[in-house]
Amino acid sequence: MSAQIINAVLLGGYYAVLATGLAFMFSVMNIINLAHGSLIILSAYGLYIAGHMLGIPLALAVPLVCAVMFGLGCLLYRGVLARASAGSELLPLLATFGLAIILDNLLFQVFGADTLSLAPLVGDLSWASVELPGDIWVGQLSVYILIAAVAVIGVLEVILRRTALGHRIQAVSQDRATAALLGIDTGRTAAIATGLALAVGVIAAAALGLRSAWGPYAGAAQLLFAFEAIVIGGAGSLWRVLAGAMLLAFAQSAGAAVHPQGFLIGGHLAFLVAVFWRLQAWRDRLSALGSARTAA
Amino acid sequence: MTDLTITRSSTTSRITLGLLVAAGLALAALPWINGVGGSGRAVALLVYVLLAVMWNALAGFAGLVSIGQTLFFGVAAYATIRLSDAGIDPFLATILATLIGALLGYVTSLFMVSLSGGEFAIGMWVLSALAHLCVNLDPLIQGETGTSLIALNAYDVETRAALTLWLALAFTAVFMAALILLLRSSTGAAITAIRDDEIAARSVGVDVLRTKRIVFVLAATGTAAAGALWLTSNTSFQPKAFFGVHWTAYMLFMVLVGGLGRIEGALIGAVLFFVIETLFGAYGAWYLVGLGAVAVLFALVLPNGLWGWIGPRLPGEAIPTGYFVHKKEGRTQHVDG
Repeated sequence: MSAQIINAVLLGGYYAVLATGLAFMFSVMNIINLAHGSLIILSAYGLYIAGHMLGIPLALAVPLVCAVMFGLGCLLYRGVLARASAGSELLPLLATFGLAIILDNLLFQVFGADTLSLAPLVGDLSWASVELPGDIWVGQLSVYILIAAVAVIGVLEVILRRTALGHRIQAVSQDRATAALLGIDTGRTAAIATGLALAVGVIAAAALGLRSAWGPYAGAAQLLFAFEAIVIGGAGSLWRVLAGAMLLAFAQSAGAAVHPQGFLIGGHLAFLVAVFWRLQAWRDRLSALGSARTAA
Repeated sequence: MTDLTITRSSTTSRITLGLLVAAGLALAALPWINGVGGSGRAVALLVYVLLAVMWNALAGFAGLVSIGQTLFFGVAAYATIRLSDAGIDPFLATILATLIGALLGYVTSLFMVSLSGGEFAIGMWVLSALAHLCVNLDPLIQGETGTSLIALNAYDVETRAALTLWLALAFTAVFMAALILLLRSSTGAAITAIRDDEIAARSVGVDVLRTKRIVFVLAATGTAAAGALWLTSNTSFQPKAFFGVHWTAYMLFMVLVGGLGRIEGALIGAVLFFVIETLFGAYGAWYLVGLGAVAVLFALVLPNGLWGWIGPRLPGEAIPTGYFVHKKEGRTQHVDG
């Protein structure tokens, strides 16, 4: 039992890296980037090309692809998101979903349907494990991924709260027009924030590629995991994303314990419970029912 | 004092109605003209029309972008399989499955509609994924292997094709009429107000949540009808082919290219998509890349779609949901909603 809990915590680390970029972009620009998962898969292919085809060691490939994705994020903001968010509220959703469709199918055309993995790049790390007291074995890699998740969230929180760039990002996220009045280049700030979100996605891509394998259409599932972690955690700081990611992993493990195919179902159900929980109206109706009963 | 007369219909709308009725009659006569193959394609066109019109009602009017309308599409197809497996006539099962879709829509609307933008969009996707997983657990479906609507064998091929086509026509006519009547009612005024500015609509006393729920349930029912029809027309049920996200891509394409927020837009978007699919559907993934690229371009460059360009250039509305106020001098002023 405690082994399952520990493994769920570690799996939660992966979901947290996955969700951080999405949450960051949402909190800064109020855009839910439906291409988030597909962009992570794009980064995974980028790491694969760098590692397997060009022979660059992973420790070097990750920052390299991070830089590329940061640039791509700036372009994405300038080319698509800036224009989409100037129109109706629906346009960013429609545009990023369209982008996801383009990316998924383009990746399928270029790389084929094969599932790829980055695990061979790191030798035995992908299956090495350490023994904890009580005869519990945990994968070394998933411990590193959890550490990476905490580090990524910590760095982003420090950037947001302690640096001038972070203060600009917060100003833009709270009130764009006022921020522009105060002399902040809001377009540039939002472009940098998009770039940061995509760069964080590369860490998620590395985690995905090392712990398992991916195919061209894996983006949709990653987007759903990321989004479920965010909704379960609730809005606020990025640390809540980490908590939500762990709850998601718990729910999935519980689902898998009930039924062999219950892993995903458990996660989806946890998401629905979180949605119910957060609907204020729903709770109000319940409390109204409760007070009616006491009155009777 | 000026004399004002208020009208809804115009020459444009009468011509449009004539064209739609003529198109409907031509499609209805297809089984005698073109045989089985033609009927199958005609059902595909009508399913696209239903999907586009319903997705447009949801996104364009209620402001709810759903990635997971496949929930209703897939569940209705699955319900048709289950009902006909229980011994109900497959065509009756198609109709019953649509009602089940309506019920599912009602239950879903209780908690989903109050979610905002992106949360609603992906929330619906999660529901669709959940339904997909649950359907896969059914031993009758055997996971992704799927099954067929075997009970259709009771009909010979010609009768089956003709009945499916006529049922598709009836469904399309009913749902189009329901949407147009809804938009012309007092709820329609509320819907148009929400489409134009949700916060302003709320401030003048529109019950936004209730109005959105009405549109949501209608859209769910129409999408369910489309799913049941698609199954009856194609006979085989593989969960992936019904719950797949490519359907959302199609809906997005049809509505964005045709014109978000106008029934006419959804109609021409569906016809255009039908033509494009017939011509380029065989190109597989490249075809989807093209669809996505065109949809994104329209979203960024021409957010009101083709109808946003055509509509204002016509005298009067093609499908009238607003009013026209005529002054005595012959000058006309258009009042939307």
